[in-house]
Amino acid sequence: MVEPLLELRHLKKNFGALVVTDDVSLAVEPGELHAIIGPNGAGKTTLIHQISGFLSSASGEVLLGGQDITRLSMHERVRRGLARSFQITSILPGFSALENVALAVQARSGSSFRFFGDASRERGLNELAMDCLEQVGLGDRAFATAGFLSHGEKRQLELAIALATRPRLLLLDEPLAGTGHDDSQRVVETLRALKSRITIVLIEHDMDAVFSLADRVSVLVYGRVIATDTPVAIRANAEVRTAYLGEEV
Amino acid sequence: MTPTLLFVQSLNGLQFGLILFLIAAGLTLVFGVMDFINLAHGVQYMVGAYLMAAFSAWTGNFGWALLLALPSALAVGLLLEALVFRHLYDRDHLDQVLATFGVILFLNQGVKFVWGAAPLNVPAPEWLSGSVELADGLLYPVYRLAIIVAGLAVAALLYVLVNHTRVGMLVRAGASNAPMVSALGVNIRRLFMIVFGFGAMLAGFAGAMVAPILSVEPGMGDNILILAFVVIVIGGIGSIRGAFLAALMVGLVDTVGRSFAPNLLRLFLDPATASQTGRAVAPMLIYIFMAAILFFRPAGLFPAKR
Amino acid sequence: MTELAQTRSAPALPFGRRFELVPVILFAVFAAGPILASASGAEGYVLSLLTRVMILGLAAMSLDLILGYGALVSFGHAAFLGIGAYAVGILASHGSEDALVQIPVALAASAGFGLVTGAISLRTKGVYFIMITLAFGQMLFFLATSLAAYGGDDGMTLPERSRVAGTALIESDVAFYWASFFCLLVTYALARAVVASRFGRVLRGTRENSVRMEAIGFQPFRYQLAAYVLSGMMAGLAGCLLANQTEFVSPAYMTWQRSGELIFMVVLGGLGTLHGAIIGAAAFLLLEEFLPEILHTLGFMLQEDMRARLVENWKMIFGPLLILIVLFARGGIMGLWRRGHHG
Ligand SMILES: Nc1ncnc2c1ncn2[C@@H]1O[C@H](COP(=O)(O)OP(=O)(O)O)[C@@H](O)[C@H]1O
Ligand SMILES: [Mg+2]
Repeated sequence: MVEPLLELRHLKKNFGALVVTDDVSLAVEPGELHAIIGPNGAGKTTLIHQISGFLSSASGEVLLGGQDITRLSMHERVRRGLARSFQITSILPGFSALENVALAVQARSGSSFRFFGDASRERGLNELAMDCLEQVGLGDRAFATAGFLSHGEKRQLELAIALATRPRLLLLDEPLAGTGHDDSQRVVETLRALKSRITIVLIEHDMDAVFSLADRVSVLVYGRVIATDTPVAIRANAEVRTAYLGEEV
Repeated sequence: MTPTLLFVQSLNGLQFGLILFLIAAGLTLVFGVMDFINLAHGVQYMVGAYLMAAFSAWTGNFGWALLLALPSALAVGLLLEALVFRHLYDRDHLDQVLATFGVILFLNQGVKFVWGAAPLNVPAPEWLSGSVELADGLLYPVYRLAIIVAGLAVAALLYVLVNHTRVGMLVRAGASNAPMVSALGVNIRRLFMIVFGFGAMLAGFAGAMVAPILSVEPGMGDNILILAFVVIVIGGIGSIRGAFLAALMVGLVDTVGRSFAPNLLRLFLDPATASQTGRAVAPMLIYIFMAAILFFRPAGLFPAKR
Repeated sequence: MTELAQTRSAPALPFGRRFELVPVILFAVFAAGPILASASGAEGYVLSLLTRVMILGLAAMSLDLILGYGALVSFGHAAFLGIGAYAVGILASHGSEDALVQIPVALAASAGFGLVTGAISLRTKGVYFIMITLAFGQMLFFLATSLAAYGGDDGMTLPERSRVAGTALIESDVAFYWASFFCLLVTYALARAVVASRFGRVLRGTRENSVRMEAIGFQPFRYQLAAYVLSGMMAGLAGCLLANQTEFVSPAYMTWQRSGELIFMVVLGGLGTLHGAIIGAAAFLLLEEFLPEILHTLGFMLQEDMRARLVENWKMIFGPLLILIVLFARGGIMGLWRRGHHG
């Protein structure tokens, strides 16, 4: 078996008495698109927070490419190739879409302790940023102020920002939430194009998207992984059906 | 460094700390419940002292003067709330800092306008003047003891109000989660007014109490305001208990530090250097103390918010 | 351009892209200062007022770098003015009267103080940050009052202005005016470059959303600290100039009220524009200087003693004026200007 790109070992998290992540162990293989599904409040976002370093874990380990990153802060994990999007859109509202992405490019190319030279005119940064925007279908909105983009466009922008850090592993927290049909089609197509190049952990409620994109699916209920399998097997799994799918499908 | 002197200085520190607490209590509540940073809280203290001076000159009686000064201080506070502060609650801290800074300029000049720039004196009441002998040969002014007693009494009263009344419960809830309180259908504006008025009155009370031992002059609230901020930041914003403990600590560290820093340093340095360094370090002690506490506990000793 | 006025602070587009009229006019006015002064008939007075405007404008601008671009409300910025001033005073009293020694020492001292206090302060957020910077400012203030050898509470008088490479280059008021002008211009150019640079972009990004910045791999603390140090050094330079202008150094340069005034200048001029802070300083100082006279004129129908009283208590008008500005003039003078130009 290949070494997993991301491995979670007995991860735990509690908010006071509420146990939100309950002994989660999971292996994401290189190149796969691994979907995590589960009802609202199951602890999916919290798990992403723990993997990305936004929240610390009570116990357990997070390994990226075999290296223990449990104690690293968020920005250190990003530098090791881990990028994420947020369920609640998180962008720089006063910057143009292009500059939002260009900053992410800047973060991984050269020092940012440069005090001279107009950063917004650095061709190298802007070209790569434009590339990422085009990949998510936002090329024509590059110069719009990010705060004034539509909700769907902001979701696409988040994806472009994450891509610009050139991640080995991309964590996406409900990238389709709140987007209209067209935007959502576009994001699905973008993900389909990406999945051959980047390992992706996808949290999503849209089951059509999940089952058409995912290589494997893990089901999280009350902070526990109750099953990890291929989409087809997950659909057929009786426990999953009663715990989760039964109420939605 | 005699034990007697240490004892007297500790009492002075306690008295100073309690005055600080009276000012800090209102400040921390206003801050905790309304997320409102009020630089003008120090001038409320000054206004209390001036009102005390005015009424005491008019009535010639300490008790009557105090009785008149308190509601007047309350009225001044409520007036400011209605005219200025109310419009700042939903502004950011920067705007609040600036607008209340404007209030300070106005009131500092305002008292000069009304009472002149010269310091005023307020006589202590007959029955509280003089000194008592606490121990053999240890005399202590009665009036300072009275301040200690009054301060402790107000602290106790505050404890009961905050922990055992409905308004107190709302205040505590507001300090840890203000949106929740207004979601529960509480008239948050009225709660704000009550907290604000009460805080203003406490600061005014502190000013009135110190009027007989300090000179009443324009700007007297400015430095004490900074100390009150130090207190609430050390104690944890929104926490009355934190403010109480921090006020006593600051009062003691400052008072005792000032008289003993040179002596302590003499243990390590030659006398001349020690006394010079001591005098330099003493006034900085509480700020060093605060920086140290925030270094280890960035949200103070008893953070009220999660 | 219409979206620019929406955000309270700096515009979305970086500066380099377009020609800006306001700073050009501003510096043209400063450059014409000596001519204006001699035309006014009160040369010494006008010149010294304008010099003061430029020096405090420099200090306010340095604060804008962290306040406007980094959203760091430092309430102890006057400490750096004090460090600069005391560096000049203390060195002069030990016989080092050359600005070429004094200024580097002042900058190094400001940087050191900024590095230490910044590293501690930046661990805290929001109101705690405001308070801890205030506390450090107070610490330095009290330290200065206790420096008996250097005048203690009363401060000390400088024997003369600093020398430059051994010459009395800036001894005359006009020469000193040009020296201040030069410092302001160079620092302004430097600050603009920094704001538009890679570093400045990270700082601005952190102001808008520091979690997002961490999620793309930046550690906001390092950039904020560097900005804090840089801003402190600029204010330290202003302190050197201030000491030289008045030929006097005292703890009064670093009261917390002075820090408050600096914040006010920045907000009055408009956050996050750099030249706005200079304009804010000018407006603040001119208002402070001329409000008594304005009141005197406005009070023409009052009796003479009432009129005198009004003039004497001009701060009673000044305070409420500040409040009104905060309540009604959002975005400061630059905000008004922008609104005027873009409908
Ligand atoms: N900061 C927090 N404090 C307390 N409880 C939280 C916090 N964040 C999330 N929770 C709780 O943890 C549970 C899991 O939340 P979340 O991870 O957002 O679930 P999901 O993303 O699967 O909908 C929920 O019950 C939620 O209320
Ligand atoms: Mg979620």
